[in-house]
Amino acid sequence: MSDNAKEIKPTDWHSPEMNARIKRRYRKEKWFKGLGFTAVILAAMFLVTLIGRIAGDGLYGFVQTSIELDIPFEESILGNPREMSKADFEENVRRANMLRIIDASLQGHFPDVKSRRDRRELLRMVSTGARAQIRDMVLANPSLVGTTERVRLLASDDVDQLRKGRIDASEPEANRKVKDKELGWYQKLKEEGRVSLNFHTTFLTSGDSRDPELAGIWGATVGSALTLLVTLAIAFPIGVLTAIYLEEFAPKNRLTDLIEVNINNLAAVPSIVFGLLGLAVFLGVMHLPRSAPLVGGLTLALMTLPTIIIASRASIKAVPPSIRDAARGLGASPMQVVFHHVVPLAMPGILTGTIIGMAQALGETAPLLMIGMVAFIVDIPGGVTDAATALPVQIFLWADSPERAFVEKTSAAILVLLTFLIAMNGLAIWLRQKFEQHW
Amino acid sequence: MTSSAIFLFLVMLALGSFVFARQKALAGAGGDPAKLHSLPRHYGYFAATCVLLPGLFAFGIWVIFGNSIIEGLILSGVPDRVFEQNGDQATLVLNRIRLAVENPNSPETDPDILAAAAKFQAIYLKGIWAAFVLSISLGLVGLYVAVNRTKPDFRARNKFERVVLITLGMSSVIAIATTLGIVASLLFESLRFFQEVSIAEFVFGLHWSPQTALRADQVASAGAFGAVPLFAGTLLISFIAMLVAGPIGLLAAIYLTQYASQRMRKIAKPMLEVLAGVPTVVYGFFAALTVAPLFRDMGITLGLDIASESALAAGIVMGIMIIPFVSSLSDDAITAVPKSLKDGSLALGATPSETIKQVVLPAALPGIVGAFLLAISRAVGETMIVVMAAGMQPNLTANPFEAVTTVTVQIVALLTGDQEFDSAKTLSAFALGLALFVSTMVLNVIALKIVRKYREVYD
Amino acid sequence: MYKMASELETMTETRKPKMLAENVNVFYGTNHAVKGITLDLHQDEVTALIGPSGCGKSTFLRCLNRMNDTVASCRVEGRITLDGEDIYASRIDVVQLRARVGMVFQKPNPFPKSIYDNVAYGPRIHGLAQTRTDLDEIVSTALEKAGLWNEVKDRLESPGTALSGGQQQRLCIARAIAVNPEVILMDEPCSALDPIATAKVEALIDELKGRYAIAIVTHSMQQAARVSQKTAFFHMGDLVEHGDTTEIFTAPKQERTRDYITGRFG
Repeated sequence: MSDNAKEIKPTDWHSPEMNARIKRRYRKEKWFKGLGFTAVILAAMFLVTLIGRIAGDGLYGFVQTSIELDIPFEESILGNPREMSKADFEENVRRANMLRIIDASLQGHFPDVKSRRDRRELLRMVSTGARAQIRDMVLANPSLVGTTERVRLLASDDVDQLRKGRIDASEPEANRKVKDKELGWYQKLKEEGRVSLNFHTTFLTSGDSRDPELAGIWGATVGSALTLLVTLAIAFPIGVLTAIYLEEFAPKNRLTDLIEVNINNLAAVPSIVFGLLGLAVFLGVMHLPRSAPLVGGLTLALMTLPTIIIASRASIKAVPPSIRDAARGLGASPMQVVFHHVVPLAMPGILTGTIIGMAQALGETAPLLMIGMVAFIVDIPGGVTDAATALPVQIFLWADSPERAFVEKTSAAILVLLTFLIAMNGLAIWLRQKFEQHW
Repeated sequence: MTSSAIFLFLVMLALGSFVFARQKALAGAGGDPAKLHSLPRHYGYFAATCVLLPGLFAFGIWVIFGNSIIEGLILSGVPDRVFEQNGDQATLVLNRIRLAVENPNSPETDPDILAAAAKFQAIYLKGIWAAFVLSISLGLVGLYVAVNRTKPDFRARNKFERVVLITLGMSSVIAIATTLGIVASLLFESLRFFQEVSIAEFVFGLHWSPQTALRADQVASAGAFGAVPLFAGTLLISFIAMLVAGPIGLLAAIYLTQYASQRMRKIAKPMLEVLAGVPTVVYGFFAALTVAPLFRDMGITLGLDIASESALAAGIVMGIMIIPFVSSLSDDAITAVPKSLKDGSLALGATPSETIKQVVLPAALPGIVGAFLLAISRAVGETMIVVMAAGMQPNLTANPFEAVTTVTVQIVALLTGDQEFDSAKTLSAFALGLALFVSTMVLNVIALKIVRKYREVYD
Repeated sequence: MYKMASELETMTETRKPKMLAENVNVFYGTNHAVKGITLDLHQDEVTALIGPSGCGKSTFLRCLNRMNDTVASCRVEGRITLDGEDIYASRIDVVQLRARVGMVFQKPNPFPKSIYDNVAYGPRIHGLAQTRTDLDEIVSTALEKAGLWNEVKDRLESPGTALSGGQQQRLCIARAIAVNPEVILMDEPCSALDPIATAKVEALIDELKGRYAIAIVTHSMQQAARVSQKTAFFHMGDLVEHGDTTEIFTAPKQERTRDYITGRFG
């Protein structure tokens, strides 16, 4: 109060300058808020575009075009089941040239197609898998021989794409894969009501194939499952034990600090580096089989370990000290305190972290490329040492295929993978909410 | 006899020891558990661990080194002629031997290979029996020791818990072992690479074309291993990615923490988590199939020459992938700023945006910087998006419309498909891996340090 | 001193209050935190709000500059006027309101900026200084008024967070003064400070009295007695008693007030 000279005059909050200033400030405020909102909306739009685009293509991957043809099961080609032994007949059917049967059937439908070249083109409208289809029918039901049946045969990928509207018939002939001649045949079949789009179980039940209409994701799914099994068997016990040690027993010294820093850093090491480690150690030093889920699982286990450790530690830390004191007060040894009281209480959190880690491992591709799980594998793997591929790798392989029809197969495989991931994350969220404890 | 059978035997032996030791302890105390120092089952646990630990040790050695020893023995017996026929590649010879072993009707006709296959079977059988005998007898020794000590006053629980504690400690060392394994394998292979190509050429060379001759008689270029175009490509794509993810991620975090209603947060947070949970291969597919062609077509309309595999497409999609990463880490950093600071600013009559820009963000800056560094490290190490959308052509350019290649793309290109394991071409992938590991590690360490320091200020 | 205050009180009785709260109710969700409070704040005097913790005094204080707006679940009913103008009216700008009604918080909360920037923050955002010299003038005046100038004039560029607790709180007061407010609200400004720092802040409050209408929430009755001319006793969201500080402390009219002051609960 000593020097009144420094007294400031009361601010005139209603002066025009001040009002203009306030207006300006609020305008800036609006802009800033709008900017933030735009960012959120942009992120949402990216997600919607991504999922929309993939779902749009992918749903078509689950359906496949078939052509219904009148198939003459000619005895001259298949043999007579009544005149020979069962084994001879089956051997005969396996060796029979089913193309001749299909060719004969197509001759019936298109009597005016005469030249060999055209007939070969005509045959190409049916999938190469149609032969196996007919064979399996005859093997299952030998009495078909001698009859003519209307059979729904898998169409080739070109016809399939035509049916799904992926090939634009209005384009000049030179620019499209399906020529005018084939287009005419297709139109004829379509008008006769012989072309149909059906749910395609083969996609879910078979292994990889060079032909999009025969390719399936079962092989890759089994490969992924085996890989994850190995990952879980390795990463879960080691991760949980490490977390218990660091949280409950580790002395506070430099080694413990080093382990801590190390785990945090390991969590941010690029996944491909883990692939290099797997290649050098598991394949290079230990000579484990290449392309096998065993090696893939080991590699991914090392990669997921930090995630599980960090989540488990947080969960163990959240168990209040009073529980430990209570158990100790009853005379439990430190080991008993931890394994009888702390770990069971922390288990929901540990499981949540583990599931999230497994989901990461399921979506991982790069390390698997390094250890050779990127081969073209038709067979369904039967064990952890068989050559296998995994769902994300299958996606990568198909994405590289030139055939247009593989685009929708890739998208469909992505939808399956995303379904698994969402299910796993949903399970984790459910676990977290159901068992969440507020101490 | 297989490896899993040995394992099964060991487990059964351990189970038996458990039952036996428990019974013996009880009998020693005259059937009264109260007279024992520990619970009867602790004697069982102790005996089981005494069997399992040495047994598994022997088994582990067999699993890790057995194959390489056997292969070494086999290959040493194969005449040089066979190697010459197979381009001096041991793996090829081994594969042929293995095929011959696995399939007796195989079309293999080379007598030396067939002989080796026969020998392989004999040696393998010997090896596995040796492993079996060794691990089981070690287990039995353990059992003998344990049973001898099973007396009522033996402190079985303490001993067993000691073993458990050591097991816990050992498992926590695995994390370190992993890092050491990474460093060792990368360093070892890189050193072999640098014996053939100088470090200076690798680090400063401007030309990358690793096409070395597969066979000595092949006429091909010697291969050039200047990694600068790869580093430049990686940086260019990461830079584009950060241009997308940085502002969008940070602004989204600001909006969600400072402005959004509870309801909007409840929708937006899971949405970002989904975006973060989408596998990178899906982003790669999206980039290659949708974004890259879109940019190319846009380029055509605008009269720009945009390659069909442009750095721009890969970078932008990578940016989208990193948005949730930036936003969740920035979110943490922003929410860690004490509310009292915000209140202090608002109470002075600052608008929310003034408060955010002048008080909250400066206070959260270290955390945000850490988030950005981690995001950059993520972008640098990201593989699938660039493999699928960035292209293979080493290209020293800053033009985002051109195709560039990155460190990770080249690692994948060099190591997928059949290569001989020790050519300079293959080894160069490990040198690239080392560069990748070191640079991301440095970024991570700095980022984690900054973030941790910053947490300490406000905790 | 108490006598002087009570004389002042009779003198100003006829004057218009600087701020007037009429029948104010505050709800947090369904929780009725402040119940029908009517209270006036006058220029030239310090009003102490006392009462046990959780009695609604801080909540009430935060209504006076609408800081409760930042709490989503909070709802305010009733009428609060500043110079006769309803501060919850739509045409009132909350930014300007908070500049006119400054606030000092329980825990010193200097921004992670230099001492100079801490004080200059308010004038800068409100555009109170046209030139750098003006701003320097405002900063030094505010620091002088807050009694901090001599302690920090040589290190205006060092961070505000590096000061001691008491200095930080005075910095926060200087920061509030710098925007030239008419009312200053203090929410337990000394609860995080040691006795020496508390004494300094109390002396400062005494200095500031007369230029600003001051409301101070405190749970220390001694402090209320030392610094205030008026005292309002809150209990369970009710305003139990309000009057001259001397009167409240020597001859409380209400049972509850007497119990609280004599330490029977609280």
